Amino acid sequence: MKKTVAIILTICMVFALCACGKGSASTASAKIKIGMVTDVGGVNDKSFNQTSWEGLQALQAEDPSFEVKYLESKTDADYQTNINTFIDEGYDLIICVGYMLADATRAAAEANPNQKFAIIDDDTCADLPNVACLMFAQEQASYLVGIVAGSYTESKTVGYVQGMVFPSMNKFGVGFISGVLSVCPDAKILQYNANNFGDSAAGAAAAKDMITKGADVIYHAAGGTGMGVIEACNEEGIWAIGVDTDQSNLAPDHVLTSAMKRVDTASQDISKSVKDGNFTAGVHLYDLSNNGVGIAPTTTHISDEVLAKVKQAMEDIGAGKIVVPTVAEEVPEFTLAD
Amino acid sequence: MTNIVNNLGIIIYATLIYMTPLTYAALGSCFSEVSGVVNIGIEGMMTAGAFTGTVVAYFTGSPWIGFLCGGLAGMLFGALHAFATVKLGADQTISGTAINMLGPGIVIMLARVMFDSTDTIPLDASMKIPRLFKGVFDTSTVFGRFLDNVFANYASTYLVFVAVIIVWFVFYKTRFGLRLRACGEHPQACETLGIDVIKMRFLCVSISGFLSGLGGACVTMAISNQFRPISIVGQGFIAIAAVIFGKFRPHGALLGCILFGLCSGLKVVLGGSSGVNMQILSMIPYAVTVIVLVLFVGSAHVPSANGKPFVRTK
Repeated sequence: MKKTVAIILTICMVFALCACGKGSASTASAKIKIGMVTDVGGVNDKSFNQTSWEGLQALQAEDPSFEVKYLESKTDADYQTNINTFIDEGYDLIICVGYMLADATRAAAEANPNQKFAIIDDDTCADLPNVACLMFAQEQASYLVGIVAGSYTESKTVGYVQGMVFPSMNKFGVGFISGVLSVCPDAKILQYNANNFGDSAAGAAAAKDMITKGADVIYHAAGGTGMGVIEACNEEGIWAIGVDTDQSNLAPDHVLTSAMKRVDTASQDISKSVKDGNFTAGVHLYDLSNNGVGIAPTTTHISDEVLAKVKQAMEDIGAGKIVVPTVAEEVPEFTLAD
Repeated sequence: MTNIVNNLGIIIYATLIYMTPLTYAALGSCFSEVSGVVNIGIEGMMTAGAFTGTVVAYFTGSPWIGFLCGGLAGMLFGALHAFATVKLGADQTISGTAINMLGPGIVIMLARVMFDSTDTIPLDASMKIPRLFKGVFDTSTVFGRFLDNVFANYASTYLVFVAVIIVWFVFYKTRFGLRLRACGEHPQACETLGIDVIKMRFLCVSISGFLSGLGGACVTMAISNQFRPISIVGQGFIAIAAVIFGKFRPHGALLGCILFGLCSGLKVVLGGSSGVNMQILSMIPYAVTVIVLVLFVGSAHVPSANGKPFVRTK
């Protein structure tokens, strides 16, 4: 009797595990099918995976001829499998979210030259004829929030927490530091590389360390680790600056602003280009000029004077009067190394 | 001098915030292992507690009700583990693995249903576990800042030290504790003396889940202010390592958790002052855990009946 119950329970557990897959709704062949593969952050990462998926959902709502679907990657090993699933199901475009999918995307794109791909935050696949590389000028958005940080620091000490040292991540740091120094040349910039996107305790401890050493504005580009940074700033009553999306909801009184990346716009654009038949491979750059990056719409804590400075900087960047650095070598103050 | 005091303060602060959830979970693990049931499902029970704690705190507005419910959610999974292993005699490792998959699976599904997202809604300051002595110290002075970093900590951190003392007392100074330990050493002998081994183990594994749930709730209700799928990543397994390190004794497990927290604190301070390779720094807590485990585990006394299902002879 007990054995039977044990077996039944085991079967229930196995089925509970298998039931996590997501079914597709429609199979009409006339539709433009867009598949999105997330990185390990998952589709609700409050960052680029989520923004990209929201963009695609909005697109489908607006234009029913699109059919969108996502597959989540739990580990690095899932990237290839998820991409292949979409290929087998005949998807028109596969959007791979994040530089972590670069190797898997390259392998799949080389093996399937007629399949269209788009990859976010990676330009190493730009040489392939069937991959569109959606790049963001995150250094420009970071530069703008750097101006805000430099204008709001009273102790002339600002903090910066980064999730991992990697060329595309370093752009956040060099842009931010350049922005801070442009308005506050003698500012001291405390930096910390958490080497982890999911350790909120490390983020909290690092922020506390910076606060102890005098920082009164802290910017993070560190995903889940950044949640700890924002929370520590919130508790200590200093300013935090969010990243990727408008993060002011996390701590409405202490998030000064956020550096935005419009991954949603980029995903929509590339999907539309597939429908219209003008898909192009290579690098697609999203920057201030095409609203691909920017500063968060929530500006309740920022004075008009500082907003004017930000607007001026946006114009100057657009006109080429300011060229925001993109690599660590150009900014000696950037001290994070891998 | 200022730097040394500041860094010391941060190391202690980081040690405390890292060790708090681990210690709750480690105490939980002690209860289960000492009573003779291997519980590698701590991670899953922590996840359940982490999610439930924030959700209940959000809807009731009370951090303490949330914290308690976090524990109860962990207890539910603990009871499930106990039902499978103690009542039905299922393999303890497999059941624990199932709990580790089931826990995150269920809470993420619930989060999607309730919030249309895998994250919960961020808690307001009043719904979070409060920090004791906040604002008591004058943070404009170096020494005041040091005291603030060390003592203005979450109530859950103070509570965990109390919990260690209570668990130690229960284990070694009460009749219940003696019976508990006996169940893990020689259940057949206990049964002949009239102790209901099945009941004892069921209770202990449930308590194990309760404490793990509290540990999970500390992560999402103190360190951060919302549950995310990446809130609990590996803490449960570190807690189990701490228990083995502490030779299955609550005070030993506390030491293990403090050691791991200390290493994590060093990582933060050394990483901030740069110059040292971060990849190497990130390894410190894990490398130290492994090294210490290798050096200490040989002399640990594992409860004799640990991992063996107890079947009552008719």
